[in-house]
Amino acid sequence: MDPVLLKLALGGLAVLGCIGLFFGVGLAMAAHKFAVEGDPKVEEVLEVLAGAQCGGCGFAGCEAYAEAVVHDPNVPPNLCFPGKAEVAEMVAEITGKKVTGVQDIIASVRCSRIEGKVGKRHKYTGHPSCAGANLAFGGPFACQYACVGFGDCAESCPFDAITMKDGFPSVDPDTCVGCGTCVKACPKKIIELIPKAARVWVPCSSKDTGPAVKQVCEVGCISCKLCVKVCPAKAVSFEGDIVKIDHKKCMEFGPDCKEICVEKCPRHIFRYYRTSKSESETLRAVAA
Amino acid sequence: MNRELLTFPKGGIHPPEHKEISEHLQIERMPIPAEVDILLQQHFGAPCSPLVKKKDIVNEGDVIGTVSAGLGASVHASVTGTVKNIGTSPHPTSVKAPSITILTDTQAQPRTYGPADWKAMPRDEMLSRIKEAGIVGIGGAGFPTHVKLAPPPAAKVDTLLLNGAECEPYLTTDHRLMLESPGDVVGGASIILRILGINECKIGIEANKPAAIDAMEKAVKEASSNGQRISVVPLKVKYPQGSEKQLIQSLTGRKVPGFGLPFDVSVIVQNVGTAKAVYDAVCLAKPLYEKVVTISGKGISRPANLLVRIGTRLKDIVEYLGGTKNGLAKVVMGGPMMGFAIPTLDVPVMKTTSGVLFLTEDEIDLSPHGHCIRCGWCLDACPMGLSPNEIGVYVEAGRAEDTSQFGLFECFECGCCAFVCPARRPLVQFIRLAKMKAKK
Repeated sequence: MDPVLLKLALGGLAVLGCIGLFFGVGLAMAAHKFAVEGDPKVEEVLEVLAGAQCGGCGFAGCEAYAEAVVHDPNVPPNLCFPGKAEVAEMVAEITGKKVTGVQDIIASVRCSRIEGKVGKRHKYTGHPSCAGANLAFGGPFACQYACVGFGDCAESCPFDAITMKDGFPSVDPDTCVGCGTCVKACPKKIIELIPKAARVWVPCSSKDTGPAVKQVCEVGCISCKLCVKVCPAKAVSFEGDIVKIDHKKCMEFGPDCKEICVEKCPRHIFRYYRTSKSESETLRAVAA
Repeated sequence: MNRELLTFPKGGIHPPEHKEISEHLQIERMPIPAEVDILLQQHFGAPCSPLVKKKDIVNEGDVIGTVSAGLGASVHASVTGTVKNIGTSPHPTSVKAPSITILTDTQAQPRTYGPADWKAMPRDEMLSRIKEAGIVGIGGAGFPTHVKLAPPPAAKVDTLLLNGAECEPYLTTDHRLMLESPGDVVGGASIILRILGINECKIGIEANKPAAIDAMEKAVKEASSNGQRISVVPLKVKYPQGSEKQLIQSLTGRKVPGFGLPFDVSVIVQNVGTAKAVYDAVCLAKPLYEKVVTISGKGISRPANLLVRIGTRLKDIVEYLGGTKNGLAKVVMGGPMMGFAIPTLDVPVMKTTSGVLFLTEDEIDLSPHGHCIRCGWCLDACPMGLSPNEIGVYVEAGRAEDTSQFGLFECFECGCCAFVCPARRPLVQFIRLAKMKAKK
């Protein structure tokens, strides 16, 4: 081989080798000096979280929650609503915290304007959103507290659990994880998170007086407060002029009350909550 | 009139005026209705708390609600009668608001007010009379006048501006007031000058009201000057000439800084109607409980400039004027540019109500709105130099909270952008939505 070529080849190797070595050492030193202490636990938690970035936990995304739950002893491990009990247990295991019971909650729209035949007060022609229509005299429906029906909740739902049917939101109980995004999106503030196992609820949010409600809605709550009086568990109260049910108290009391609230309500707006009717009936049968 | 007309430099529009419907009609006193609903919040600030109970007997002009703490102005009984109920009434912007309903005593004699010599009255006495009379800026904003007339000592006010521009289409209340009681308006201006301890006052009137300009000039000449320099200045007809910041720039050439107040450029602006109310309060000790309201539009049988009691329900006004006509499509409280459409005639007249418009289908635009076509007309029309197009697009994209970069909070919702938009976009509504969401 030509010694010149050999010299060139060896020279090239040596120069490139030196450059490589130089940067290698530099990178090694930088890695050592600027090393960030990563918490493997945060990574682990992040791995098990649902990863929907829904914000239902109250933190700015999954990573923020993962960090908080690992580092802050006051943050409970059961805040990931989409993940439900399974994730809560895994997070608890990683962080060494105790799971304090996870309850499935779902969004429920507290309005019955279709059933109550609430009419329209005016024709609305502006921007088709609930928040927009709400600016124009509180929305087109005669009841000031009625669902506006443009679907701001459905649009905000990160899980597509809400669909609009005839201009009224319908929540799919199997898809809804109770993250509460819709609660914040609703300008009427009529969406409430209710435990899936709840026994009863009141699908009306009217704060009006009886005569005013009767004028606009066939089924709306007239604030007679009979339910407050009859509940043996003291689980029903009025908060901000609308019925508030303490579901925990209600469920703890159990079926002995025979749902007297549902029976006594003169407007029949105090109702069995979704599927729980059949369950409570079976329970009652067992008790009998 | 061979004078060069002053105006503001940026933006502005020329909507059809429609003042011909009611500008020639003399102010007419409406008979007292059977019932009135006095809203407890008719001003900028905290709502009043009621001072009366159900079944109390109240006299015309009695204070029935007052603000104990914070900014506000008292409300007065506008009729003699019995308190029927303390409940709620429909309200043009907040849907429903607390109110006091008074059942009128039809036998009651109207209260009379004797004149007082205000020239000998000390400043504090005048201010307290204004406060007792519950006067607010009746041009629309409803800012309590006794607060505005007692500026912080740091603000060196040198000029009072009276706003007689009345740039909103249809409305003719200020026009008629200046034509029929120019002396009272000028008297009110003199009183305000005395309270502020200054001598310079300019009264800005749009040039489409030559009769009012003449009447006001005559009244200014007749009034004893006492060293006060009051002048009437005709302004170019351009909407929104009567907006506070635009009027200041037109009349003085001073530009109020963004988010600033008129104090920052040493002026105070009052509506001519407010000046008249100040005159009534100081000279006659008469509270603000009646108001001239323009009833106009093609949808009302008989248009009018009505002097009504505060709290009169719109349905009573409609009944008095012979009902509405066929084809009525929209009722607007206030002017067509900045007013609010209302779905019920149970709404009562407030201190800040300047007009009620009954519009037929050919007077309004019901065409559906489209997408922004980036024509930039709204940029040309905006008197504040903002970007309404961007705010609209951002709101539609669900990013309302990022819109303050386009001057969101400098917008005073004059509606020029929405008026010129060829895609009929509800830009003011987008802006209101953005303000609501960005504040959170």
